[in-house]
Formats: sequence, C-alpha cells, structure tokens
Amino acid sequence: MIAFWIILTGALVAITCGLLGCFLILRKMSMVGDAISHAVLPGIVIAFLLSGSRETLPMLLGAGATGMLATFLIEYFHRRANLQTDAAIGVTFTFLFAVGIILISVFAGKVDLDQDCVLYGEIAYVPIDLWVMDGGIILGPRPVYILSAMLLVVILFIKVGYKELKLTSFDPAFASALGISTALWHYLLMAAVSLTTVSSFESVGAILVIAFLIGPPATAYLLTHDLKHMLAITAVLGIFIAFAGYWMAYWLNASIAGCMAVVTGICFASVFVAQRIAKRKSSPAMPGEAIG
Amino acid sequence: MIVHTQQPVLEVHDLTVSYSRKPVLWGVDFTLPTGCIAGIVGPNGAGKSTLLKSIMGLIPLSSGYVKLFDRPLEEVRHRVSYVPQRESVDWDFPVSVLDVVLMGRYGKVGLFRNTGTRDSAIALDCLDKVGMSAFAKRQISQLSGGQQQRVFLARALAQEADIYFMDEPFAGVDAATEQAIIKLLREMASANKTIVVVHHDLQSVRAYFDWLILLNMHLVAAGPTDQVFTEEMMQQAYGGRLSLLSQVGDVMEKRAFPSREH
Repeated sequence: MIAFWIILTGALVAITCGLLGCFLILRKMSMVGDAISHAVLPGIVIAFLLSGSRETLPMLLGAGATGMLATFLIEYFHRRANLQTDAAIGVTFTFLFAVGIILISVFAGKVDLDQDCVLYGEIAYVPIDLWVMDGGIILGPRPVYILSAMLLVVILFIKVGYKELKLTSFDPAFASALGISTALWHYLLMAAVSLTTVSSFESVGAILVIAFLIGPPATAYLLTHDLKHMLAITAVLGIFIAFAGYWMAYWLNASIAGCMAVVTGICFASVFVAQRIAKRKSSPAMPGEAIG
Repeated sequence: MIVHTQQPVLEVHDLTVSYSRKPVLWGVDFTLPTGCIAGIVGPNGAGKSTLLKSIMGLIPLSSGYVKLFDRPLEEVRHRVSYVPQRESVDWDFPVSVLDVVLMGRYGKVGLFRNTGTRDSAIALDCLDKVGMSAFAKRQISQLSGGQQQRVFLARALAQEADIYFMDEPFAGVDAATEQAIIKLLREMASANKTIVVVHHDLQSVRAYFDWLILLNMHLVAAGPTDQVFTEEMMQQAYGGRLSLLSQVGDVMEKRAFPSREH
C-alpha cells in the first residue's frame, strides 16, 4: 500500500507537470519553469510565517504570488531593459530563491522547512501525511488529494484553452492579429505552472518538479509531430517514470525523487540514442535516392 | 507624391512609430482604394514590416491613427487578415498543415469553442485553392519554403476577410509558387478584396501591383503604380543604391531572362 501511494503521487506530479511542460518547451520557455519552481520559495516561507501553519491554501497563495512576480520580473527585464530572456531568468530566480533561503535560515527556529526538503522533497513521507476527518475517518494521504485536484485543474485549463494555447505558442503575431491576448495566455500558463510547482514540490522537491516539467515533454517531442500525441505520450511516460523510479529506489535503497529524476533522464537519452541508430540504419538508402 | 482616394478601405493618418524612442516610421499618411493589390516597397530597414505590424496593432503607435473600413481595427478585426513573415514561426512545431489552416478560423469560432466540420470544410477548400490539399495531413516540419508560404496563404484565406496584409509572401519561394500566389491574389482582388503586400523585388513591381506605397522611414510616394513607379521616385526612395539594381534589372528584362529559376 505504501508503494501504491508513493507511485500514485509521483505519477500525479509527473502528469500535471508534463502537460504544462509541453507548452513551455514549445514556447522555448523551459527555463521559465525552472525559474518559477525556485522563485516560489520566498512566497512559501512568507506565507508560512504569516499564517503560522503548513495549510495548503496559504502556501498556494504565497507561492502563486511570488511565481507570478518572477514571471512579471522576467518579462519586465526582457522588454524594458532589452535583456536576453535567459539572462533575465537567471537574475530573477537566483535572487528570489536566495531570498527564500535567507528567510529560512533567519527564521530557522520557527519554520518547519529546510533547504533539503525544498530541493529534494520527501516523497517517502507521503503515505504518512494522512487526511483525517473529524470523526477519525482516514481518507488516505493528503498530498494525493491536493495533487489530484491540481491535475484536474490543469487538464480543464488545457481542454478549455487548447486552441488559444496552441496558437499563441505557434504564432503569437497571428494570435494578436485575431484579437487573442498573448499576454493573458502567457500569464495564465505561468500561473498554472506556479500553482502546480507549489502543490507538487512539497512532496517531491524542486529538482524533481523541474525534471518532470521538461524531461517527459522533451522525450515526447522527439517521438511525435502531433501536439495531442505529445500530451498523451508525456502522460504515459510520467506514469512509467513514477513506477520505474520507485522500484529503482527500492532496489538501490536510494532517494525516490532522485531515482525518478534519473529515470526521466534515462528515458530521454534512450529515445535519443534509439532514434540516432534508426536514422543511421536508414541513411544507406539515402545516396541511392539522391542519384535517382 | 501622395494620391488619396475617396472612401478608402484603409486610411493611415500621420503615423509615427518608434522602437525605444528611435523613430522608424515618420508621419506616414496614405489611403488605399477597395479591390487593389498594393505593394509596400522600399530599401532594407525602411520600415515596411513595421508599417504592416502597426496597421495590425502589433506595435504601439507613437502618434497618428489607422482606420480600416472607416473604423478602428478593434471593431473590424474579423474582416482583416494578416500573413506574418514565414520565418517568424517555428516550423518544427508539432501540428499538421490542416491544423495551421484551421487557425485562420479561430477568430470566427470564438473563445472556449472548438472548430467544427464546417470550419474543416472551409480549411480544406482553402488548401485546395493554393494547391496543397494533398498535404492536409502532413506535418508542417516536412514542408519546403514555398509550401510553407502556401499554407500561410491558405490560413489567411480561411479567415474569409475583406482586406489582407502579407509580409513578404514571395520571399524564398520558387517561380512556380510565386506565379500561383500572384494568380490567386488577382482572383481575390477581382472579388473586391484588398491586398497589401510587403515586397522587395523591384523587377516584378509593375507586373504585380496596381497601387504602390514607396517607403523609406517616411512616405516617399503612394498612388497608382504607373504614377509612382518612376525613375525619379525610386531614386528618392533608394538613393544612389538604385542605379546598379536598375541596370541589372534592365538587362534581365531585355533578355527576358527568368532570373529566379537559376
């Protein structure tokens, strides 16, 4: 039963992050996901200090706010100061993350958070973080409920805004000419990434969140040229990675989040290598074609 | 020299546009008649694409205004179509040719709704008009430059607009595609659609356009091609750089040498 809850948590995070990650990759904004997942830290700490608890709602609000602040700062530096996007990202998220680290260390005595937990998370504790009703009825791990809700929200968001997300990613100028606000969809996507990051990384840590945001979509991108298939492959990969990562950690007696991130990397590498080999095998036919 | 028209389909009034306080377009002021094929011509960096983008409201204006069908753009968006430069998008994006053409229907479909069978029928019809119906299911990453341009054109057709703005539709396109496109534009113009094209090949100006907008940061001339396309006007727009170009152009025309096919 413990294995089930851990794998379910991992899969939920992987699917939620991966679906949003598809659009990040296609917008050439993968590193924005990285930035947001780090930049939410000060928001979480401040929300914790203000509310004095680790309730989900204040955490989501705090993190959502700093996530959006980071997105806004990146856009602002990029547009107003003519800074390259990657430089703007680098400046913004390291600063915000460092502020978060300082806040944690200054208020270390009062805060039930530490850097390790933020970076690596502890997915192994998910099964004991139970949601207990007033009557003493145990409904299962609390994070599973939060992550399921988040996954539903993200699926709904993509379902409703699919055509706008696709168009603003592919051809922003044409989208604007049609009267579709590219800024609105940019910020909606970033808000979704912020909320997902926050609800996920409490249980799996920032590094695994980044791995899930980029790894499965990048692998799916290699495998297909159809956006809907890309989303589907990403989701399937997410489930596979959660399984494989858990059992790898079980055998090696290693960090579960770490193993899941490694499996993500192995998936990408093996698809890449397999495609290279397939291409080399098919290439001897090419010279003949060229002559003809 | 600026020739104005009565009841213009497009009115650009005293337009000034700047990038980070550096003006790139100065006091541009012209009007277009309905049903013409108009070319925007000028040297590199003259602000041709910028003019198109500011008409489409993609760039903030420093001063002046743009009116289409005597109304601001916001009110007539559904009657206006825009074809961005082919290089402005990522052609490895995971969508099919039909998907891209269907994007032309998004403005008509509206928010939260999906394109229906009628939209697909229109999209396929538009692909047929540009001779690309066999490619509907093809991924856009497999297209050649000319095919990419035809797909963009089909997407614009799917908008069923009354005025079309096209940014360099002939750039990097083979001669056959260029002829197919210009034939299509003529058909559209005879159906009373107005077409505005950013163009940089001076040789074909006289053959393609019946209205010409000559630009070099400020408006040099605007009016019917036979009045605007004169040595004097071109010298004004291009400065000394034109002489070499025009000599080469003359030689080409005399020999009736199909320069683009080699």
